[in-house]
Amino acid sequence: MKKLLMASAAGALLAGAASAEDIKIGVILGFTGPLESITPAMGDGAELAIKEVNDSGKLLNGASVTAVRADSTCIDAAAATAAAERLITSDGVKAIMGADCSGVTGAILQNVAVPNGVVMISPSATSPGLSHANNEDNGLFFRTAPSDARQGVVMTEILMEEGIKEVAVSYVNNDYGKGLADAFASAYEAAGGSITISAAHEDQKADYSAEVGALAAAGGERLVVAGYVDGGGSGIVRAAIDTGAFDTFHFPDGMVGDQLQANFGDEIEGSTGQFPGTDSPGAANYGKIVGDAFDSSGAFSPESYDAAALIMLAMQAAGSAESADFKEKVMEVANAPGEKIYPGELAKALDIIAGGGDVDYVGASAVELIGPGESAGNYRQIVIDGGEITTAKYR
Amino acid sequence: MDFLNALVALSNFVLIPAIAYGSQLALGALGVTLIYGILRFSNFAHGDTMAFGAMLAVLITWWFQSMGLSLGPLPTALLALPFAILGTMALMLITDRMIYRFYREQKAKPVILVIVSMGVMFIMNGLVRFIIGPADQKFSDGERFIISVREFKQMTGLREGLAIKTTQGITVVVAIVAVALLFWFLNRTRTGKSMRAYSDNEDLALLSGINPERVVMYTWLIVAALATTAGVLYGLDKSFKPFVYFQLLLPIFAAAIVGGLGSPLGAIAGGFVIAFSEVTITYAWKKVLKYMLPESLEPSGLVQLLSTDYKFAVSFVILIVVLLFKPTGLFKGKSV
Repeated sequence: MKKLLMASAAGALLAGAASAEDIKIGVILGFTGPLESITPAMGDGAELAIKEVNDSGKLLNGASVTAVRADSTCIDAAAATAAAERLITSDGVKAIMGADCSGVTGAILQNVAVPNGVVMISPSATSPGLSHANNEDNGLFFRTAPSDARQGVVMTEILMEEGIKEVAVSYVNNDYGKGLADAFASAYEAAGGSITISAAHEDQKADYSAEVGALAAAGGERLVVAGYVDGGGSGIVRAAIDTGAFDTFHFPDGMVGDQLQANFGDEIEGSTGQFPGTDSPGAANYGKIVGDAFDSSGAFSPESYDAAALIMLAMQAAGSAESADFKEKVMEVANAPGEKIYPGELAKALDIIAGGGDVDYVGASAVELIGPGESAGNYRQIVIDGGEITTAKYR
Repeated sequence: MDFLNALVALSNFVLIPAIAYGSQLALGALGVTLIYGILRFSNFAHGDTMAFGAMLAVLITWWFQSMGLSLGPLPTALLALPFAILGTMALMLITDRMIYRFYREQKAKPVILVIVSMGVMFIMNGLVRFIIGPADQKFSDGERFIISVREFKQMTGLREGLAIKTTQGITVVVAIVAVALLFWFLNRTRTGKSMRAYSDNEDLALLSGINPERVVMYTWLIVAALATTAGVLYGLDKSFKPFVYFQLLLPIFAAAIVGGLGSPLGAIAGGFVIAFSEVTITYAWKKVLKYMLPESLEPSGLVQLLSTDYKFAVSFVILIVVLLFKPTGLFKGKSV
C-alpha cells in the first residue's frame, strides 16, 4: 500500500513536471514602509496580469506563472537586497517585477539583478539616476514609469501656465526626492522661474517645524513637495498649512493619492500636481477588468500590471523564460510596429506572438519604451477642487 | 511695528511649535526616565507603548463619534483618553507579569532587560499594526485653531500671522497638569515616596518593608498613563501613524539622557532642550532680520546657520557634549 502511494505520488509529480513548466516571477514592492498604502494595489495589478496569462494557458505551450511576493521596504537597501537575493537564489524567480522606490531599485539592480542576470521591470522607480545610458545594466533593467527628468519638465510647464514664477521646494532626502528636485530645478530655472529654497526633509520623522520654518522664511508663491503622501510629505504640508506658511502646493507623483484628499481635503484648495496617467483607452479597460477587486486608479497600479505583462509577453516572444533570452524582446513587444494590445487582451497577444506576429503593447499606462528602456511618460495633471483631486488634463 | 512683525514670525515658526513639540517629548521622556530610575533599564518599547495607547484612544474616539458624543470645541479624544489609559495600564501589567517579572526574579542585568524590552517593542509594533493597520489615521475633531493666521492678521493688522492650534494649547496644558500630578504623587504620597526610596536604594527600601512588587506595579501604571497621554497628544497635533511613534523613540531618549536618566525634572528640561535645538539652530532668520534691520542691511541669503538636514545632528551633538562634561546629564540623573 505504502509503495503504491509513493509510486502514484511520484508519478503525479513527474506528470506535473512534464506537462507544464512553472515559471516564477518575483513581485518585490514596499509592502511595509512609506509607500505601504499604494503597494497593495500595485502587487494586485501585477498578479492580475499573471492570472490573466495563466487562465489563457497560452504562455510557452501552457506554462503556468506564479508570483512570489517580497518586501522591498522602499527605504532599506540592505533589506531589499536580501529579499531580492532570496527571490532569485531560493525561490528561483526568472524575472522581477519591481522594485518600487528608486533607491532600493538601484540597490537591487546593482547587487542582485545584474550579477545574476535577471530582468527587472520597475513600475514606479522614477529617479533619473536609473537611466542607464551606457548599458551598465547589461540591458536587464526597464521601467514602465517615466524618468523624473521628464516629470521635472511637465511640472515646470504646469507651473508656468499657472503663472507661478517663484516656488520653494521641499524634497524627501533619498534618490527619488533628490533626483526629482534636481530635475525640476534645472527645468524650472531654464524656463525663467526661481527657486527660493530647495531643502531636504527626512521621511517619517516626528516633527517638521524646523523645515517649515526655513521654507516659510525663504517664501515663494507655492510649495513644491517632492515627498511621500504616507510619510514626511504629508507632515510638511500639515505644518505648512497650520502655520500659514503656504496656502497652495504642487504635488508630484509620490504625493498624489487618496490619502492626500483624506488628510487635507479643502485645506489645499487650488493646489496642483501631476502623476503618471493617461487617457488612452487602456486605462479604462484596466478599470473594467479590475472591477471592485482593488483600486485600479491607485498610483502605479496600471504600471505594475504592464510591467508584469511585458515580462510574460517578452518570454513568449523569445520562446524561453530565461532572462538572458528574453531581455532583448522587451522593447520589441512594448513598441510599434504590431497590433495594439490593451489590458484584458493578453491571451490575444500571446496568440499573435506564438503565430509569429508582432505586438505593440499599450497596456493600462500607454507604454512606450524609449532610450534605455523607460516609459516616455504620460502625465495626468490634477487640481484640488472642492476638496477633491480632479483631473485638469493629460500631458 | 516691525519689531512686532519679527516677534510674531519668530513665535509662529519657532517658539510655538517648539514648545508644543517639547511638551510631547517631555511627557515621553518622563516615562522613559521613570522606568530607568525605578526598574533600572532603558525601555525601548516606550515608543510603541505610546502608539498602543494612542491606538486605543483612536478606536474609542471613533466609537464615541459614531454615537454622537463630543466635547464641543475640544477634541473627542480627550474624552477617550482615560479609557485608553486604562487599556494601556492593563497591557503594561500583563507584559510585566508575563515577561519582565521573570527576568526581575532572575536578577537579570540591565542590558538583558534592554534586549527584552526590544523584543516587547517588536511585538507591540506588530500588535498595533495588526489591530489598526500601518496607515495614517485621523481622529482629531472640534475646533482646529485657538487662533488662526487669518484671524490674527485681521485682529492686529500685522503683516505676519500667528497660529495657535487647539492641539498645541491642549498639549501644553495637559503636559503641565500631568507633570504637576506626577510631582505631587512622587513627593507627597506614601506610594510615591516608597517609589523614590526604591529608586534611591533598593536594598534599604526592601529592609524598611516596602513591597517591591507594589512599587513596580505603580511604576507601570504611571508609565502607561504618561505614555498614552504623550501618544494621544502627539497624534492629535500631527497624525496617528504607528511607524512615526517608533521614530519618536530617538528624540525621547535623547531628551531623557540630556536631562539625566532617572530625573523627572531632567526629562522635562531635556524635552525642551532637544525640541528647541532642533527648531532654532536650523531656522532661517531672513524673515525676522528683514523686519529688524534697516533696508540697506537686509540680508539677501537665508541667514541659516545650518541647513535643516542637520537638525538631528544638532540634538545629538548636544547629547554628546552633555555626556562628555556632565555624564549624569543636566539634572544629575544616574550615569548611563
